[in-house]
Amino acid sequence: MVLAAGVLLVGVSYAVEPFRNFQLATVAAYLCATAGLTVLTGLNGQLSLGHGALMATGAYTVALCQNAFADRGMTGGWLLPISLTAAIVSTVAVGAVVGVAAARLRGPYLAGVTLAVAVVVPALAVTFDGVFNGEQGLSVPVEPPPLALGPYFPYERWQLWLTGAATLLVLLLLANLIRSRYGRTFRAVRDDEVAARLAGIHVARTQVLAFVVSAATAGLGGALLAVLAQSVSPGAFSLTLSLFLLMAVVIGGLGRLAGAVWGAVLLVALPDLTHSVTELLTLSPAVAQRLEGNLPLAIFGLTLIVVMIAAPGGIQGLLSGLGRRLRARRS
Amino acid sequence: MERGLELHHIGVRFGGLTALDDVSLRVPPNRVVGVIGPNGAGKTTLFNVICGFVAPESGSLTLDGRPLRPRPHRLTRLGIARTLQGTGLFAGLSVVENVMTGASHTARAGFASALLGLPASDRDERRLREHALAILDDLGIAAHADAAPSTLPFAVRQRVALARALAARPRLLLLDEPAGGLGADDIAELAELVRQLPRRDADPCAVLLVEHHMDLVMAVCDELVVLDFGRVIATGTPDQVRDDPAVTDAYLGATVEEVSP
Repeated sequence: MVLAAGVLLVGVSYAVEPFRNFQLATVAAYLCATAGLTVLTGLNGQLSLGHGALMATGAYTVALCQNAFADRGMTGGWLLPISLTAAIVSTVAVGAVVGVAAARLRGPYLAGVTLAVAVVVPALAVTFDGVFNGEQGLSVPVEPPPLALGPYFPYERWQLWLTGAATLLVLLLLANLIRSRYGRTFRAVRDDEVAARLAGIHVARTQVLAFVVSAATAGLGGALLAVLAQSVSPGAFSLTLSLFLLMAVVIGGLGRLAGAVWGAVLLVALPDLTHSVTELLTLSPAVAQRLEGNLPLAIFGLTLIVVMIAAPGGIQGLLSGLGRRLRARRS
Repeated sequence: MERGLELHHIGVRFGGLTALDDVSLRVPPNRVVGVIGPNGAGKTTLFNVICGFVAPESGSLTLDGRPLRPRPHRLTRLGIARTLQGTGLFAGLSVVENVMTGASHTARAGFASALLGLPASDRDERRLREHALAILDDLGIAAHADAAPSTLPFAVRQRVALARALAARPRLLLLDEPAGGLGADDIAELAELVRQLPRRDADPCAVLLVEHHMDLVMAVCDELVVLDFGRVIATGTPDQVRDDPAVTDAYLGATVEEVSP
């Protein structure tokens, strides 16, 4: 399945124009984060409003690593995987701390703590501007595609290959985890903590594990975004991003990896769509700019409300429902 | 080797309220012991002490003579399983997954092998599934293995909860009001099932039963403990307890002589 998706991705990367390649690469980066978040919120029942901040942690780590390598004049294709791994490790560390706190909290209190994380992390980046360069952010030096691919290999196609490969790996690992006893245990803890404890499950440990797993994927997603944009700044990882991520997985279909795919597609497609809408309406530049900033959030909010009323299982729930009905009619 | 679970002079207080006062009892291996008493007598608190949800202020517990400091998630490792009032099933898990989860402490596959999808992880899940299916088959509900619990009648769900507890292969099974919400026929079947538990060839177990339903208690228990206001007011065989004036007193608030003119 993953192999087929990989082949499909390579095929698509040749079929579409560079800009679409870049957009697909962005979808892949977001997908890392939404896939982890849907495991945490959908399967383990922990609400996180702080995943944008975890993405920022990964993004800044990759930026610092790549800059450190560049400053020392080190080059080579193996540096980026090291930086990405460092991004995962640092986000896992942050995620573990937040996860330990999260395991002691429920409902609104959990939302509050993760919200604080979402607000604090970008603020830290601004405060310690010696390291993180404040609002300006950092540039992320990334090497060109390897020469083996030919001298005129489009950079965007290379970006898609890179993020696509990383994301497919993440999806494969998450799918394995969901199928294993850990996936079952995550859901059991979500459904009834008392019964889970009596069944021999260490509830707090399970919750921390789920948080750490989703933090790792969010960190990788953020790192990939930074690599794609070749820069990182606090503005890109605001509270709005955390809200977008959560809305995306709910609209896509909570607790399903396929739903996370829909969510990631929406995250990239909706701002694009609002841009086209504001261009259609001839508006003064100031109004257009304000609309473009806020319209995606408004559209996302509206979509969320409509989806929750019309299809509580999200897009994926709707699709699998349709599939079931079609099969039933045929047989 | 006739020890089993023992409670020695357990005392529990919530604020000014004495929930349990100097309660001692014993559940010998492969016997069925019932705990009865009016509402608020301390029955559920007693279970919560055994499971480690409530720490006793005084007294101690022993299991086969060894001191026991129960913690909920370690219970099944000690050979103790408990069902919950209602059913406490995991709504998002299928019936067979619910039962598999009951044997969580026997799962061996590590996190890395689960993440990488190694055969060891799949083998582990397969073994748990077969174990769970065998138990469902024993209880006559194997046909519902893949159903969602919410689609099943209450009596079946109750049985799934029992299957989940039995999946841990307990030596001692704690049943918290298993007859609650069941009809007369279902209760008769349940009684037969509980009576068989200590006599099975495979994984026999002792039972400690908290129950309101007198017919069930009288039918299945080898021994009864009667609680009232957190104190043990009577112990003995069902027949002995039935004739104990202190028990009638606790249940009716007064002896029959006092009430009748």
